[in-house]
Formats: sequence, structure tokens, C-alpha cells
Amino acid sequence: MDTGDTAFILVASALVMFMTPGLALFYGGLVRQKNVLSTIMHSFVALGVISIVWFVAGYALGFGPDRWGGLIGGGDYYGLAGVSFTEPGPFASSIPHGGYMVFQLMFAIITPALISGAFAERIKFGGYVAFIVLWSLFVYSPIAHWVWGGGWLGGRGVLDFAGGTVVHINAGVAALAFAIYLGKRKGWPKDVAPPHNVPMTVLGAAILWFGWFGFNAGSQLTAEGAALPFVTTHLGAAAAVVGWALVEKIKHGRVTTVGVATGAVAGLVAITPAAGFVLPWAAMIIGFVAGIVCYLAINLKFRFGYDDSLDVVGVHLVGGMIGALLTGVFAEASLDFLDGSGGGVAGAWGQVGDQLIGIGATIGFSLVVSLLILVVVDKTIGLRVGDEDEVGGLDLALHSESAYSTADVSTTAGAPSPVSGGQDRPAGPLG
Amino acid sequence: MKLVTAIVKPFKLEDVKEALRGIGVQGMTVTETRGFGRQRGHTEIYRGAEYQVDFVPKVKVEVLCDDDQVSQVVETIMKSARTEKIGDGKIYVTTAEQVHRIRTGEAGRDAL
Repeated sequence: MDTGDTAFILVASALVMFMTPGLALFYGGLVRQKNVLSTIMHSFVALGVISIVWFVAGYALGFGPDRWGGLIGGGDYYGLAGVSFTEPGPFASSIPHGGYMVFQLMFAIITPALISGAFAERIKFGGYVAFIVLWSLFVYSPIAHWVWGGGWLGGRGVLDFAGGTVVHINAGVAALAFAIYLGKRKGWPKDVAPPHNVPMTVLGAAILWFGWFGFNAGSQLTAEGAALPFVTTHLGAAAAVVGWALVEKIKHGRVTTVGVATGAVAGLVAITPAAGFVLPWAAMIIGFVAGIVCYLAINLKFRFGYDDSLDVVGVHLVGGMIGALLTGVFAEASLDFLDGSGGGVAGAWGQVGDQLIGIGATIGFSLVVSLLILVVVDKTIGLRVGDEDEVGGLDLALHSESAYSTADVSTTAGAPSPVSGGQDRPAGPLG
Repeated sequence: MKLVTAIVKPFKLEDVKEALRGIGVQGMTVTETRGFGRQRGHTEIYRGAEYQVDFVPKVKVEVLCDDDQVSQVVETIMKSARTEKIGDGKIYVTTAEQVHRIRTGEAGRDAL
């Protein structure tokens, strides 16, 4: 046990927690004004719901003792039984088990929230909540187990420092399944208005960048050695900003604010699996490549006709794949704490093959189980809102709120009055 | 009584306001608004996708004045809002049947 490491992991956990409201702003600014609250809600409600899921069973399935040959955890840790707050657990020897558990919880929260960008502006709130509960238990926890919880991918030597496969490829694949299953927004792509609040999106990207230091450097799990992933994280994001800006300049003659903010996130995604395994020069190559390729990937949705509203596929699936593959290329033998062989630059090109297995397994499993969950939720609770609600905006239709009002006109009809419970949509002062 | 309404470029609002004050206009109402005329809209780029934005931001200035002031007010707005580039906007004059000052109950000319 080490008090420095304990302090470090708790601060890192708080930083990762802050990424989820950052994501809420990043996504919230990109949608239309009538849907900003419903979009923010997708991220914020995950903080509530997934935390409880994690307490009850999520942590046990991800990090409990191995069952079924590395496919899933379990047995212990349901309701956090046996998770000590004074003694270390099996995964980090210098911090209390509870500290490790809560660090992992913050990852479990943000991952389903990432998916929400794919179906923004057209999904029912109840359907969304049901989806993330099931998805967290049956997709996120198993894959976290495979890579970090003692499961079969980590055992094969697949390198994923902080979640390139578990978080980003996983969320990106589910996003693709969701976007295709749910169908396009009305009027997409011709008649969907541009982002309603770009400064909000840029602030969200900045908070994500800030929190990502906890995500990646924290994944070292000790203060010792955390400086390298901290620096590679920063340089990866920086190089991606430059890469994205260059493509925009060449293709459109302009560098856009939404573009550099998105580029930063793409770079952060791509450096995530590599952060503690590569040196700063390689981090910049990974980020730069991600900035360019993710820009190009975002436009695939227009070619193939799936409405991934906020580009979860282009940024997280593609960025995550770039990062996972290039980790196999640039991993330093001296930093590879699994088998010490490093990646292609260290002469171990077989690592690229291992990385491909990690990518393929994650894509296959996440795609199939995500689709199953989508069908189940759609047939029971329902996923897509009606046309009228979609046109009028989800904020008012689903939450009885609106984000902005220029004057207090809406409240002059009467003082706020308590609304009787049990109604689906309470009648406000204006009926 | 006349209501003079001018749709002008937002960055010219300050000039219009000062010029109207200079000829003794006591009050005006402004509204941020959007529209297009011959100028048409513009293109915005988000994540590589180009959006055609038809409605361009404009400011609407409304001034109430007496019939004999109309030509001076119109001329003043015209001069102060003009850039000679496309998109300078429009001025139109309508009749205001009645004008009342809420505080005092004054009506007509006295209420201006």
C-alpha cells in the first residue's frame, strides 16, 4: 500500500468522472437547440444509473474471479462484497481495492454515454436508460474482463493501456449498430441544422482533454511511471489538432473550431491504448494520423447513409482502431509490461496480429450483443420517439424543459404549481 | 404618426443609433432578426459537411415619428446604414394609427 499512489488514483478517478459532464457539453453543443437537454441528459443520467449497476453487479462481472475460461468474471464482488477499502485487490498492489474499483467505475460510466452521440435527437429516454443498463452488464463488463480483469485477451498479450478496445472501439461499434438500427433523423442529411452552440462544444472538448490525463495517466495505477502516459496523452491530442486542421485547410480552405475540438478528441481516443507503451515521438505520429483519418472517416456516414448524429463511429471506432493497431507498431519493449516483447518497431510484428485479434473480438462481440439488446429494448419499451416529438424537440416532449428562453414569458401565466404524479407528460401553465 | 422600420447590417447598428440621436430622435426599438434578400445566405462548414444557411443575421430598428419627420429619419438611416455592398437592408414606412405613453397616458404627438 502506498499513500501517494492512493491519492493519485483517487484524483485520477475524479478527473475521469469529470469527463462525462464534459462529454455532455461536447455533444450538447452539436445538436439543435430543441434537443440540447435530452442530449446532456444521456451523459448525466449515466453517472447515476451506471454507478448503481456497477455496485450491484457490473464490477463483479468485469473484475471478479475468472469464469468460463476468461470470458467473464463473477462469484465475488456483487454489491461490492469483499472489496476492501483498506487492503489492495488483485489488480493494483499499492492502492486499496475500493480505489481501483471506483477508478474503473468512471470508465464504465463514460463508455455508454459515448454511444449516445449516435442516436441523439430521436431516442426515447426510457429506452435509452434500459439500453445502457443492459449494455453495461452484458457488453462493457465482459470486454473489460477480457482485457483488464484477467480474461483471455489480456492473457494473449493484447495491449490496451487505458481502453482503446474496451472503451472506444466497443462504444463505436455499438454506436454503428444503433445508428443503423434506429434509422435516420427526419430530414437527414439535407435538412438537419448545424450545431447550435459551438463554444459549448469547445468547452466540452477542453474538459475531456483535461479529464483524459486522469483516464490515461491514472491507468498506470501508480504515481511512479505516470508521467509518460500523461505526456503522450497531451502530445497525441496536440498532433491530432494539427492533423485535422491541415486536412480542413486543404479541403475547405478554412480551419474550423468544431474541427480542431473534434480533432483533439480523436487524438485522445487514438493515444488511449498506447499511452503507457509508446514514447512521445510515437504518440505524435499516432495523434497526427488519427486527426487526418478520423476527419476522412466522419464523412463515410454520408456515403453509406447511416445517421451517426455526432460521429461516434468516425471518432471513437476509427480512432480506437488506429490507436490499437499503432500500439502494436510503436510499443517499446522496455515499456511492455505484459510480455516485454514490444511492438513492430521493437521487431515484434506479431504484436500487430495480437492487436487485430483484440479489435476483431471486440467488434464481433459488441456488434452482436448490442444488436440483441437493441431488439429486446425496442420490442418492450421502444426506442424511437414519434414524429411529432422528434420535430418539436425532445427537451420539451420528454423532459418538459427548454434550455434557453429569451424572456420570462412562459411563467407569466401563473406561479409554478405542484404537478400531480403519475402523468407521462404533466400539463404546464400553458397546457 | 408613422412607424419607420429598417432592417440593417448588425455592425451598422451603432452608427444608425448615433445618427438618429443626432437628429433628435428620442427612442427606438431594436430586434435581432434573420432574413435574406438578394444577398442570399452563406455556407458554413462543420466537420467537413457544408451547410447552406439562408437566413443571415440582421438587426431590425423601429422608430416612431411624426409625419413631417419621416423623410429626415429615413434619410438619416439610409446614410448611416449604407456600405454600398449587397445586403445593406431595407427601410419601410407604415402608418401608426395611435401612439400612447403608458406611464402618463399621453397620446399622439405628445407620446413620442
